[in-house]
Amino acid sequence: MRPFHYVKANDLPGALQAFAPQNDPTNAAPSVNAATQYLAGGTTLIDLMKLDVMRPATVTDINALDQSKAGQIEFGDNGLRLGALVRMSQAADHEAVKSNFPVIAQSLQLAASAQIRNMASLGGNVLQRTRCTYFRDTSYDNCNKRNPGSGCAAMDGMNRNLAVLGTSNDCIASYPGDFAQALIALDAMVEIAGSAGTRMMPFAQLHRAPGSTPQIETTLTQGELITAFQIPNLPWGKRSLYLKIRDRASYEFALASAAIALDLDNGTVRDVRIALGGVSAQPWRAAEAEALLKGKPIDDTMLLAAADKAFEGARPKKHNAFKVQLGKATLMRALRDAATMTI
Amino acid sequence: MSNKAAPEPKANMGGPVIRKEARLKVTGEARYGSDMPVNNPAFAYLITSSIARGTIKSIDLAEAKAVPGVLEIFTHENTGELKKVSYGANGGGSTTSIQDFGPKIQHDGQIVGMVVANTFEAAREAAYKAKFAYDVQPPSAGFDSKGVDESSVKKKLPNAGDVKELYDAAAVKFEASYGTPTEHHNPIELFTTTAVWNNDQLTVYEPSQFMHGLKNNVAAKLGIEPGQVHTISNFVGGAFGAKAQLTPRTGLVALAARKLNRPVKLVAARDQGFTIATYRAETRHNIRIGAGRDGKIASFEHEGWEVTSRPDSYSVAGVEDSARLYGFASVKTGVTLIHADRNTPGFMRSPPVVPYIYALESAMDELAVKLAMDPIELRRVNDSMTDATGKQWSSRSLMKCYDEGAAAFGWSKRTAAPGSMSDGEWLIGYGCASAVYPTHIGAATARVQFNADGRANVQLAAHEIGTGVMTVVAQMAAERLGIPVEQVQVELGDSKFPPVPVAGGSNQTASCCSVVMQACDAIMEKLNGGRAETVGGGSADGVRQKFDRLGVSTLEQYSEFVPGDARPNPVVGLVTNPIKKLYDGVPTLVGGSHGEKLMYALGANFVEVRVPKYTREIRVPRLVGAFASGRIMNTRTARSQHMGAMIWGISSALHEATEIDERNARYTNDNLADYLIPVNADIKQLDVIMVPETDNSVNPAGVKGIGELGNVGTAAAVANAVYHATGVRVRELPIRLEKLLA
Repeated sequence: MRPFHYVKANDLPGALQAFAPQNDPTNAAPSVNAATQYLAGGTTLIDLMKLDVMRPATVTDINALDQSKAGQIEFGDNGLRLGALVRMSQAADHEAVKSNFPVIAQSLQLAASAQIRNMASLGGNVLQRTRCTYFRDTSYDNCNKRNPGSGCAAMDGMNRNLAVLGTSNDCIASYPGDFAQALIALDAMVEIAGSAGTRMMPFAQLHRAPGSTPQIETTLTQGELITAFQIPNLPWGKRSLYLKIRDRASYEFALASAAIALDLDNGTVRDVRIALGGVSAQPWRAAEAEALLKGKPIDDTMLLAAADKAFEGARPKKHNAFKVQLGKATLMRALRDAATMTI
Repeated sequence: MSNKAAPEPKANMGGPVIRKEARLKVTGEARYGSDMPVNNPAFAYLITSSIARGTIKSIDLAEAKAVPGVLEIFTHENTGELKKVSYGANGGGSTTSIQDFGPKIQHDGQIVGMVVANTFEAAREAAYKAKFAYDVQPPSAGFDSKGVDESSVKKKLPNAGDVKELYDAAAVKFEASYGTPTEHHNPIELFTTTAVWNNDQLTVYEPSQFMHGLKNNVAAKLGIEPGQVHTISNFVGGAFGAKAQLTPRTGLVALAARKLNRPVKLVAARDQGFTIATYRAETRHNIRIGAGRDGKIASFEHEGWEVTSRPDSYSVAGVEDSARLYGFASVKTGVTLIHADRNTPGFMRSPPVVPYIYALESAMDELAVKLAMDPIELRRVNDSMTDATGKQWSSRSLMKCYDEGAAAFGWSKRTAAPGSMSDGEWLIGYGCASAVYPTHIGAATARVQFNADGRANVQLAAHEIGTGVMTVVAQMAAERLGIPVEQVQVELGDSKFPPVPVAGGSNQTASCCSVVMQACDAIMEKLNGGRAETVGGGSADGVRQKFDRLGVSTLEQYSEFVPGDARPNPVVGLVTNPIKKLYDGVPTLVGGSHGEKLMYALGANFVEVRVPKYTREIRVPRLVGAFASGRIMNTRTARSQHMGAMIWGISSALHEATEIDERNARYTNDNLADYLIPVNADIKQLDVIMVPETDNSVNPAGVKGIGELGNVGTAAAVANAVYHATGVRVRELPIRLEKLLA
């Protein structure tokens, strides 16, 4: 870890001000090289600073903002609003979340460990960086995420944990989180504060595909801060779940996961939401698989067709080729489980 | 009071005495090596190579030295005073076989430098800023790499009878190959060293499994007298073989402390632990069996291949044990070493038997399938008190373990056909396998002081690596002196105390208890006026009267114990005086297959696995282990040992593997998030059964060490259960879900 300036923000204007342009003359979109970083739970940031992957000159502590709306959970006619400084465990344990959107509660409950869930904020969670070991090990020069244009050590390296969907020729890093899959499946909006004011954006537009610029991971502009997630009411959100498949029973990132919400009418799919995790470069909505299932019965033929559709564009590598079949099996099992859920 | 954690002792078992250090540990007051307070320490951070093979071309430390608080940076250019430490021919089992900090680079993560600074943070920052440029040569990563060297193991391995003739004549023939991965110990306590000089006297605080070995080797490394070195390691936060021998960091830290005239403390990072110490290297096996239709095995061939470093011929050669586990009519064994550009492997819990018995016990299961025979019955048919070379077992309770384990597990509910048991979407499989570990004993020394007030103090340089040695030694002293265990104090973990062997090969309880027994008995003989009357002093008054009769208030006894069978250890060469060697830092271990009789502890593992039909993640909801190992000193600490070991067995079956990037021979998952081990949620129901056994021929204490028994059979039992659940036979560990996806 390198020395850095620590700034404690007392409120939102204070936090945004700490991100004044002079702190970061490049004015580029946030990347590992950004000169200023927001600190909430710190479970990713501090980890990567210790590894020398992130070297911010200034760290702006925003934890005091949890005394504002950014630290609250609200549920009402407008749906569910989760403040960005709500801790993962708070949201996972919230009654309204558990009963109306089980997929959200489960995605949080199955992530990390109790200690980390107590620390990590929801805003920080969705911005968690990849676990690609070549990204996390600075003794490798060739990582396009860290050193744009340097190549990708993972492409032909040990890539069992990496992505098969949404990858590019420059990066196959997988998005590691769980909660984002729930948000994307539920058509959540993300509330973003910046120097020009607050804006709302579909959560699905937050993460960028790696393409030829994997160092730019989100569409946030410099200094912007996520303040909340807004999830619209979904009466059939009660029939939702998160299935996470991994080698061990807990404390591991997904090899494959599926966030499902299902609107069922006598065994026929009226509507369905599918998001996939562990297999993709960014939170992944399987929209074509959803379209295929609408109006159809939940049977083995349809499930297989939907799964095939969801992984149509998969680009497997040597050690992660199994993720195509595993991802399909996970999706089918999640849909079957959702269909047989007792509400 | 007995409960699951404190089992009721059966015949030849000691009570579930609570660990002497329990309170210290649960309150965080137990001091591990780097917790020891020293005056004004400087902090060290290692710099390790980012290549596996080549030469350091240039070193640029300008930016690193500019970090405020940096005192000095040590590299191969300013550490020439350090001497080469010799390591045993035919396998040092230690990274000491590669001692240089450069310019030659022989493995990934080789130490090339060390920053010492006023703070840990400054040292780490400077380490990140130190620039090393290399001339890189293409390295060989392992078995399938170009450019590896090959050598054969020089140990004498078991061969008996005409395997070819008996194989050709056999009614049932079976042959298969198996593989095990690279594994790292990953003790929770990191590799640390703190060095403090007081004039020409050096104190080293370092977690160690061998106080006197560390003392003598540090002295050799620095070119000073062993008498100038004092090593202290009161508690060790996990070792598993990784802390048995000198590694290159220790001399470097001691040298830095001398040059800076200030205590220096090093706590190596988790990823550095993968390359600055030892590990379990990957192995391959070919097994060929010829059997009769009744299951009786006439011909057994086991050939192994192991990876090691370029310079070191370290091998585990577990064919020594696999060839003797059953009454084979003939055996043929061999082991080949593959030398790659890797750090030198070394002892890791049950070094020879974990890979080799996994292979054997998988093959036994496959043979049982081929014979359409219950796998337990196949073991019964081949159970024998004599091995193929004609050696006799000193005691053998394998089938008792199977019978008690099977009953507790509910083995009779198993239906033989693969895939025939299920619960909804989950396929269920039952599997079993044998566990075996050689019973070792070593020359050891101890000092016991017995006072007229009925209190005793035991001093010996034993190693509290979590096994409970402090407690079982106290139990032995209490029993022989006839006093309550609370009245015995045990001091250990310090080279100022009489030496005992390395805490390896599961010898520590047997060796320490045997020597303490000898010392206590000598004291009681004096107390009883030279008459070998009843052991034990009786009441408190009785003890005082005996002291009064002698006219003394205390009796002290220093004892040296040499096992009757103390013959040369092939690993360390000729041993003439085991006690002198011990003081010089060389242990003498005997037992296992090397004595007149075969001395082994045995057990049987049973597991239930559950695998969903499509997604195929493997879960182990239930496991039972039944073990027979002579005298059990303490049912609580013994159960704890077995439990930890069985969980490790699950780990080696399903989770653990160090991944190596074939292109550059570097470890990639060198952290505890990516190097998988089971978490609490993975272990549901685990039952340990201790089967009573008495065998006083193994050593005076009658103890067969158990530290490395419980994790031997679990992996094969899991593999066999996975086959039973799914019909898929995975012959390469770990068994991960992708291997079961059709």
